[in-house]
Formats: sequence, C-alpha cells, structure tokens
Amino acid sequence: MRRIVFAILSTITTVVLLFSYHTSTNLAGSAASAGAQLPAAPSAPVSPGSGSQSRSSNKSGSSAGTSSPASYTGAAADTRWGPVQVRITVQGGKISASQAVQYPQGTSRDAQINGSALPVLNQEVVQQQSASIDTVSGATVTSDGYLQSLQSAIDQAHL
Amino acid sequence: MGMPVSIHIRCADVDSPAVARGVEEAFDVMREADRLFSTYQHDSEVSRIRRSALDPGHADPLVQEVITACRQAGELTGGAFTDQLPDDDGVLGFDPTGLVKGWAADRAASRLADLPGASYCLNAGGDVVVGGTAGDPGGGPGAPWRVGIEDPRDRSRIAEVVELHHGGVATSGTAARGAHLYDPATASFVDRTGSVTVIGPSLMWADVWATALFVGPTLPHELFAQVAEGYRMILL
Repeated sequence: MRRIVFAILSTITTVVLLFSYHTSTNLAGSAASAGAQLPAAPSAPVSPGSGSQSRSSNKSGSSAGTSSPASYTGAAADTRWGPVQVRITVQGGKISASQAVQYPQGTSRDAQINGSALPVLNQEVVQQQSASIDTVSGATVTSDGYLQSLQSAIDQAHL
Repeated sequence: MGMPVSIHIRCADVDSPAVARGVEEAFDVMREADRLFSTYQHDSEVSRIRRSALDPGHADPLVQEVITACRQAGELTGGAFTDQLPDDDGVLGFDPTGLVKGWAADRAASRLADLPGASYCLNAGGDVVVGGTAGDPGGGPGAPWRVGIEDPRDRSRIAEVVELHHGGVATSGTAARGAHLYDPATASFVDRTGSVTVIGPSLMWADVWATALFVGPTLPHELFAQVAEGYRMILL
C-alpha cells in the first residue's frame, strides 16, 4: 500500500481534507507486474511543531484474499469538535465499507459537519478505491481527525 | 481549523534518508507559509499587515514575493483575482489567501523534485501538484498520477479524471464552503453552483485562474484564452 504522509496546518478558511491511498488486493501479484508503481512512503501523522514520526510496520500477506469480511476500528482521534473514530470493513484485501462510528455531537456546527461531510467521506473511501484515483481535486469539508482514525484502521487491517 | 496536506511518493527506495528529508522539508515549507500567511493566527505577518501593525515594505521577503504575485495575478485576470478581501465585518483588507496555497505548494514540491527516481503528488486542501524524475525501465515517463475531479453537485462522485506527470490541478467552486469566493466587480460573494478546474505547469497560476474564472463571467475567460498558454480548464 502506498502510505500517505500528512500534516495538519491551522490555515485558511474551513477544514478541507483530501486523501488518497491504494490498497493492494494481491500482494504477490503487485510485486510481479512489470513497471508497477512501487508503493509505500513513510507513514507519519505530523502536527505543526512536532518532530516525531511514528512508523507502522508493513503487513504480511495473510489478510489479502480473505473472502469473509472483517472490521477494523481505528483509534479515536481528537478534533476540535470532539473525538472521531472510523470503522472499515475489509473484504478480499479491499475496503468495502467505511463509516464514522463516533463523531462530534455538541454544537450546531457539529451537526452541519456530520450531516454533509461524514457520509461523503464514507463513500469516498470506497469510491476512490474502485476508481483507481490517486488524489482528488475539489473541495471536501471534513474533520481532520477522520483521516487519522482512518489511517489507524487501515494499519490494523494490515492493508 | 486545519488544512491537511498529503504527500505521496513513488520510488524504489522510499525509506531512504533522502526521501524522508525531502518530505520533511516540503512540510516545513507549508508550516512556514502557515506561520507567515494564516489569517487565523493573530500574529502572522498577514494578520499584522491587515490591521496596519506591519508595513508591507518591512515584511518577510516571502510575504513581499506573494504581494508581488498578487498584483501580477490581478493584472493578468483583469481584476477578477484580488487580494483585497472582506473580513467578517465586511471591511476590505489585505488577504492573499486566493494565491498562497498554490504558491506554498509549488515551493514545497520543489523539495521533492530532485529526489532520484521518484515521482511525487502533493495535495494541499484540494490543490494538487505532481512531478518528479521517475521513469519506467524502458525509458518512458512512468505512470502518471490520476487526479480525480470532484463532482460539485454530488461530492461523493468523481466527475472526471485527469492524468498528469508534471503540473498543478486547482479547483474553485462553492460546493464545500458555500459562497466564499469574492467578486470585486460586484463587491459580493459568488453563489453560483458548479466548479472550475484549471490544469497547467504551475499550481499557483492554476489556482489564480480557477478563482478568476469561477468569479468573473466573461472577461477572465477571454483573457484565459489569450494569455494562459499551457493551461486548460474544465467547467463543471
């Protein structure tokens, strides 16, 4: 899997999040294809001013190709509106579903974000895979914690 | 508020110190831009210029570089691009937000451009810049980056895909943040649906044009056709 490296900046206007990743459906197959994109960048959630990097170990091949779906829940990530936690369902080495299982619920702003951003994100996680898109240009409102929790879930799933 | 920046690297030796250094330097560029330009930070140079606590002539050279770029952008787009934007009270003041993101991303990308045998894709809040030196074994250009363009009327859908080896992709529209694009000609915010995506050699100029083309109905489009060589647009 190509890992993403990301940092959060406290800049400009609203929170926008665009992310992409590529899950390997067949680890043996991807290594053999000629001219293949060679994956993996260091995975390191970095916040401004912090120099620490955490590296998740890369997976074994055991989870690829499983036919029964398995769910993985990412660690809860803090956002300014509260914690966000993402659960993914993995089937055959690909993410078949993604949903926020715990999301901010305090203010009317929370309701606005919950109402529009999280379903969009949930669909995007699945959508981007199937379309083989590397990245997205556009505008997506979301919570920055969603990405951290999603990455955590992906790491646990050893994708 | 936070704007996540993501960097993808494709190369054979992705764990090398050179790659790690390049990526960290790219993030440092974005952090520095945030420190200087963020209108959400009270003591950023832009915030201080805005409340007249700092003379632009005494600002950091990078801030002055952006001020110059803003002036050029205004001239090039017939005024559709502006760095005089209203604050929450409607008072116009210096705000280079329409240009800084692309400018910073281009600078950050330059830290990745020389990584041997690597191609990069940097996405800063929906503005994308790609490039690098990677090629395939047969001497060809290697795999392009596939950039999806969000459907402004259904943000769960990808409307189009652009394949790119080098250059920037910027999209302007109201889909996520509502009417936040300011039209200086009418002194109001644009409420039109849809989006404009511009693809070209520099992300900063793609960003400038995407904003100008979305905001202005006619003149920017005429100018774009005349002067924006190497740039193309997608209207959604």
